[in-house]
Amino acid sequence: MVDATSTAAVTTRRPSLPRVNSRAVVMTLYLVFLMLPIYWLLNMSLKTNAEIQSSFTLWPEALTFQNYITILTDPSWYMGYVNTLIYVVLNTAISLAVALPAAYAFSRYHFLGDKHLFFWLLTNRMAPPAVFALPFFQLYSSVGLFDTHIAVALAHCLFNVPLAVWILEGFMRGVPKEIDETAYIDGYSFGAFFVKIFTPLIASGIGVAAFFCFMFSWVELLLSRTLTTVDAKPIAATMTRTVGAAGVDWGVLAAAGILTIVPGALVIYFVRNYIAKGFALGRV
Amino acid sequence: MNKTVNQKAWFLVLPVLILVAFSAVIPLMTVVNYSVQDSFGNNQFFWAGLEWFEQMLHDDRMWNALQRQLMFSGIILAIEVPLGVYVALNMPKSGFWASFCLVVMSLPLLIPWNVVGTIWQVFGRVDIGLLGYTLDKLGIDYNYTQDSFDAWVTIIAMDVWHWTSLVALLAYAGLKSIPDAYYQAAKIDQASRWAVFRYIELPKMMGVLMIAILLRFMDSFMIYTEPFVVTGGGPGNATTLLSIDLVKMALGQFDLGPAAAFSIMYFLVILAISWVFYTVMTNLDKKGG
Amino acid sequence: MDWMAWTQPTAIFFIVIAALLITFTVLALKFPETPRIGVLRIETTRGDRLFITLLGSAFINLAWLGLVGPDTQPWAMAVCLVYAAAVFRWV
Repeated sequence: MVDATSTAAVTTRRPSLPRVNSRAVVMTLYLVFLMLPIYWLLNMSLKTNAEIQSSFTLWPEALTFQNYITILTDPSWYMGYVNTLIYVVLNTAISLAVALPAAYAFSRYHFLGDKHLFFWLLTNRMAPPAVFALPFFQLYSSVGLFDTHIAVALAHCLFNVPLAVWILEGFMRGVPKEIDETAYIDGYSFGAFFVKIFTPLIASGIGVAAFFCFMFSWVELLLSRTLTTVDAKPIAATMTRTVGAAGVDWGVLAAAGILTIVPGALVIYFVRNYIAKGFALGRV
Repeated sequence: MNKTVNQKAWFLVLPVLILVAFSAVIPLMTVVNYSVQDSFGNNQFFWAGLEWFEQMLHDDRMWNALQRQLMFSGIILAIEVPLGVYVALNMPKSGFWASFCLVVMSLPLLIPWNVVGTIWQVFGRVDIGLLGYTLDKLGIDYNYTQDSFDAWVTIIAMDVWHWTSLVALLAYAGLKSIPDAYYQAAKIDQASRWAVFRYIELPKMMGVLMIAILLRFMDSFMIYTEPFVVTGGGPGNATTLLSIDLVKMALGQFDLGPAAAFSIMYFLVILAISWVFYTVMTNLDKKGG
Repeated sequence: MDWMAWTQPTAIFFIVIAALLITFTVLALKFPETPRIGVLRIETTRGDRLFITLLGSAFINLAWLGLVGPDTQPWAMAVCLVYAAAVFRWV
C-alpha cells in the first residue's frame, strides 16, 4: 500500500527535484510566520523594561523572571486568571448540560420546526457580541447579577450553547441508531440509557465540545469586560492596567499575555486530532 | 440516518430554548424597544418613532463603517481561503509532524483576542517590535498609528495570522477524508497535479470549505477586540469597523436610540447573510448525499 | 421589566410576530408541510417562506424609510403584502 504522501509526490510529476521537499519548505515558512509574533511576546516577557526600551535584542540578554513573579504574587493580577477560569468552567458546564439532550433530539428525531430551530441557533453563533453588549449590561444590572461570574457565564452561553449543540449533534449522528433501539428493548429507561451507554460512546465528542466552549469563553473579551467591574474582572481586562502614568509596563504586559496562552496550549494537545471536526461543527 | 418523527423531542430541546431565549430573545426585544425611543438616562424614555432609523440611514457614519467592514471581510477572505487551502495541501498527512503542525497551527486560535491585539500592537512598533523595527531598518516608512494604509496592513496581517489556520485545519480535514483509491486512479490516468486538485480534492473539500468561509465571513464581520486593541479604530476613523463604531456609540456615548437602530440593521444584514450561507450549505449536503 | 422600556407599538409588533409564529405552528400541525422547489431553485416549506417574507419585509421597510421617507411608511407595508403574496405563490 502506497501512503498518501508518496502518491501525491508522484502525481506532482517533478522527479527532477530530488526530495528538496517543497512541502516542508512551505510548512516551515508558515509555522515560522505563526510563531514569530508569539516568540516576540515571550522574548519581551523575559526582559527587563530597561532592556526592552533601550536596546533591540533578539533574545533576552539579561534573563529575568521578575515579570512573572510580579503577576503570580499580586492578588489583583492573579485573581484575574481565577475569575476568568471560574466563569469559563461555569459556562462550559452549563453549555454542555443543556446542549447534550438537545443535540440528541436533533440527531435522532424529526419534530415540528426542527430545521428552523437549528437555523435560529446558528444565528446566535453569528450574532455580533457588540449588539448584545448594551442590553446584556441592562439585563444583568436589573436582575442584580452585574459583576458576578454567573452573569458572564450565562452571557457566553449565547454563542457557546449553539456551538456545543452542533458539535455534539455531529458526533451523535455517527452513533448507529440500532444501539438506542437495542437498549430500549433491553429495558433501559431513557435516562439510564443516556448516562450509562450513550455518553461513553460519544465521550470524545463531549471532550471536543467542552474544549470549544472553554476556548471561546476564554478568548472573548467584549462581553466579559462589559459585565464586570471588580469582583469578576477577567484577566484580559486586568491587562489594561499595565498602561500607567509612567508609560506602559511592557514586560509585565507581555508576561500576562504569555500566561493567557498557557492553558490553551495545554489542552490543545489532547484534542489536536478533533480540532478540525469541532470547527466544522461536527460535519467532517 | 433515518430519523423518526417524535414531537416529544421538544422536551429535550426545551432547556436550550429557555436559556437562549433568556440570553438572546430578551436582549433583542430590548434593542427593538430602545430603537424607537429617546433616552436622557435614568431610564426615562420618550417616543421617537422611526427617527433613529432615518437618521442612521442618512448618516455617512454607518455607511462608511459598513464599507470599511465589507472591504475588510473581502480582503481577509481573499487571502485566508486560498492560503489556507494551500497550507492544507502541503501539510504532512500522518505521523509526528502532522500532529506537530496541528498543535502549532491551533495555537493562535486559543489566544484571547485582546492578547492577539497586544501581540501585534507590540510586534508592529517601530521602537520595540520585530516587524516594525525590521521594516524601519529596511528603509520602509511604516507607522500604523499615523498612516491609515499601514494600519490596514497591520490589522489584515493580524487577522491572516490569527485565522488562516482555521481554514487550513478544515481543508485538511476534508482532504483526509479522500480515500487513497482516488489518488491511485488519478495516477493511472496520469492526471496533472492541477487536475487532481480541481476534480478530486476541491469537490471533496467543498463542504468544509463552505463552513470555513461562513465562519470567517461572520467572525470578521463582527470583529471588535483585535483591531480595537491595535489601532483603536484610528488613525482618524480609518479602521473603525462596524462593531467598533457600535460599541463606541452604545457604551462610549450611551446613545441608546441610535445604537439600537444601528444594532437592528447590523443584525438584519447578518441574518440575511447567515440564511443564504445556511441554505447553500444544506443544499450542498443534500447533493453530496 | 422597567429597564426593557416597553412601548405600545413595539409590544403590538412582537405580539403580531408571535401570533404569526403560533398560526404557522398550528397550520403545520393540522396540514403537514411539504417542501417544494420554487423560483429560487431551493427547497422551501411554509415556515421557510414565512421567514423569507419577514426578513424581506424588514429590508423593504428600511429601504422605503431611507429612500422615500417616514411620512408614507404605511405604503411600505402595502409593498410588503405584495411581496408576501409573491413569496408564498412562487418561492
